[in-house]
Amino acid sequence: MTVVLETRGLDKHFGGIVAANDVSLRIERGARHALIGPNGAGKTTVVNLLTGVLKPTAGQILLDGNDITGLEPHARVRLGIARTFQINQLFADLTPIETLGLAVSERVGHGHDWWRIVGSKPEVTREISELIERFRLGDVMHERTAILPYGKQRLLEIALAIACRPRVLLLDEPAAGVPEDERHEILATVEALPQDVTVLLIEHDMDIIFSFADRISVLVNGALFVEGEPDEVARDPRVRAVYLGEAFDA
Amino acid sequence: MLTILFDGVAYGMLLFVLACGLSVTLGLMNFVNLAHGSFAMAGGYFTVVLVNRMGVPFLACLPLAFLFSAALGALFERTLYVHVYRKSHLDQVLFTVGLIFISVAGLDYLMGSSQQFVNIPEMLQGQINVLGVGVGRYRLMIIAICGLLTVLLQLMLTKTRFGSRLRAAVDDQRVARGLGINVGAVFGLTFAFGSGLAGLGGALGAEILGLDPVFPLKYLIYFLIVVTVGGTSSITGPFVASILLGIGDVAGKYYLPTLSAFVIYCIMIVMLLWRPQGLFARPR
Amino acid sequence: MTDPALSLTDAVTAFLARRARWSPLEIAFWLVAASTIWLFPAKHLILTEICIWALFALSLDLILGYAGVISLGHAAFFGLGAYAAGLMGKHGLIAEPLLALVASGIIAAVIGFVTSFLVLRGSDLTRLMVTFGVALILREIANKYSDITGGADGLQGVEIGPVFGRFRFDLFGHTGYVYSLAVLFVLFVVARRIVQSPFGLSLQAIRGNPLRSSAVGIAVNWRLVAIYTLSAGYAGVAGALLAQTQAFASLEMFSIERSADVLLILIIGGTGYLYGGLIGALIYRFLQDYLSELTARYWQFWIGLILVAIVLIGRDRIGRWLAPAQKLAETISQWRPGRARPAAIEKAEP
Repeated sequence: MTVVLETRGLDKHFGGIVAANDVSLRIERGARHALIGPNGAGKTTVVNLLTGVLKPTAGQILLDGNDITGLEPHARVRLGIARTFQINQLFADLTPIETLGLAVSERVGHGHDWWRIVGSKPEVTREISELIERFRLGDVMHERTAILPYGKQRLLEIALAIACRPRVLLLDEPAAGVPEDERHEILATVEALPQDVTVLLIEHDMDIIFSFADRISVLVNGALFVEGEPDEVARDPRVRAVYLGEAFDA
Repeated sequence: MLTILFDGVAYGMLLFVLACGLSVTLGLMNFVNLAHGSFAMAGGYFTVVLVNRMGVPFLACLPLAFLFSAALGALFERTLYVHVYRKSHLDQVLFTVGLIFISVAGLDYLMGSSQQFVNIPEMLQGQINVLGVGVGRYRLMIIAICGLLTVLLQLMLTKTRFGSRLRAAVDDQRVARGLGINVGAVFGLTFAFGSGLAGLGGALGAEILGLDPVFPLKYLIYFLIVVTVGGTSSITGPFVASILLGIGDVAGKYYLPTLSAFVIYCIMIVMLLWRPQGLFARPR
Repeated sequence: MTDPALSLTDAVTAFLARRARWSPLEIAFWLVAASTIWLFPAKHLILTEICIWALFALSLDLILGYAGVISLGHAAFFGLGAYAAGLMGKHGLIAEPLLALVASGIIAAVIGFVTSFLVLRGSDLTRLMVTFGVALILREIANKYSDITGGADGLQGVEIGPVFGRFRFDLFGHTGYVYSLAVLFVLFVVARRIVQSPFGLSLQAIRGNPLRSSAVGIAVNWRLVAIYTLSAGYAGVAGALLAQTQAFASLEMFSIERSADVLLILIIGGTGYLYGGLIGALIYRFLQDYLSELTARYWQFWIGLILVAIVLIGRDRIGRWLAPAQKLAETISQWRPGRARPAAIEKAEP
């Protein structure tokens, strides 16, 4: 199995605070890799480092063996890494059609076209409607994102990442804030991702983790604590201590 | 050359008194009060009226100008500014630009558009001899008064309860509120105080900077430079920035008369890009 | 039997096409504008001024309304274009005014490109100061080289040749108006096309959420450089129009008053839908006339008051008051080069 995404000794310091401490991850192609840990463990920091939103204090990030540590976020998207945000980061004034159209246009290279009108390329509109269909956004596709219900916004958030046709998808708590009865939609979407897409999932919900992940890394205080297959990690007494300990403090 | 240094320091300290209110407002409320110069102008014109038309002694007018502008500041803050704090930066810019227009046109209407001069008392005119160098008495007074004010401000900020509340609120508003600090009152008092200082600066500065209705616009860029180069997290930052700017401006006008303004603006832009948070701000 | 997937695609295509179509309201607007050439010959001078402000405000809308960049120094490019065109006219460098116009626009665009990198970094306050600073610097340069620019007296002795070699600029401003209106229309159509394009959509995305934009693969900084450059070019053309129609250029064209005025005009008309600058210019100019009659040279006081009132009432709320009128416009036909009034530009996280 080939390693598609790798970090070597990734460190991130904010002044005196150590947000990431010697994080070394190896994620294989097609993996369903989960990153778990108590609140404040640094999971989102890792995602921000992987996508280039934050620059590491030390360490390297490799995609397919190539060093991408110095690349800007948009360049990494072009190489095939996409992410969702824990708190929806959408375009309040754009409709889902426009939002998805944006991502698709960028991907196929039309993003900087200033003379054509959005929607004049049939391949783009076809892809937009496929995404809308797949994520069941058809009834709200004409509305401004700002007025969509939260569940739909969350679906749009994921659809937007998928629209980039990533090879590596980083999902930051995709089900966060979604009411119980709407969760299954989110999960179904995640389950239905093609096999050749590598997924790194951050989640708190253990049911989701155990049904989805084939490998789990546990992050505590910015450092990798335990790593292994779901059963191993579930049985590991150290992991339980960390989580139970947190529950008592919380 | 010593004269230039002296004049520059005087100019710088004047700028500091004028601009420090703006710095604190920006740091405290994250609010860009472009109309700050209007409060300075108000103080200046108030002094002109009192001294020239009513014969009030100049030195007595200084605290009066402070109070006048402070009152004006308190009034505007409680009635108008308070509604704009939460608005976008664009709205704040529009609001304060509107206030500038109002004050510029208003004062033009009330006092005419020509430059006004304050009748400064005889004892402040001319020069005295210090160590063989002729120093202007007026500028000497400015250095004395502004220096005293700076020390007082620093003491107030670091040694008093109000000062620590203010610093807390600047550092993190939400936490300060959570600690029971009445942030609204801190804002109001600080804004009034800052405007008062501006008014005092306007009164002092009428003689050196020139007082006319376009004052708020003419000196806006200088205030902004002091605030952005000096940062908003202390008094010392803007102080040093003002002195540097004052000396730089005076020296520039003397040595490179046609280029001086140009050089200052270029340096400003370079500064802004190199250290957007100011030369002296604490790293966040 | 219709394939549901196909009809969804059709619906998407139809939505996007409708978004871009010229609405009857827009067409009516331009027809009315054109008709003023024949209907109001006595007003041509004032209408020319309105065209120039409209183009200037349009240029600001491109960066402010669509990309979210607040500038307090856009007059830098306006003044630059004015002096460029004025000098070309005065020294006969380019005799044909339209060519000189284009050249002036290009010069302004080049300076816009160079200074655009300054605008990419820093907070809103930094951008404000940098743009302000650039305008001040250009003004200083124009002031310093007064033997070329005329300094504080302004550029004298400007002579503008006839358009296409045939149409002289007359004292009543007839040629000037047709010329200005035509330039405004052409540039408007180009701008309209640009905001409807994928590039224009990416600008709106950048304005709304720059973080997400880069997470979708948009090279945010290069897009901003591009639109800033274009905007500077447009502002330069507006300045050149002023210099050509009035055969004069002055330092005041670089002033903060002018930068503030154009900001006001755009705000009055509304940002983010291209027509805001045009409507704002109309309102502003007539307001200026009306207020000047009331209070002579203190009309700026009322302008300030209006600005303060607009902010205190809230641009959103005013937008909502106007919503019934907008609904009416929409039912006449779905219109908007872009979208309905966007929400106020949000404060960056401190």
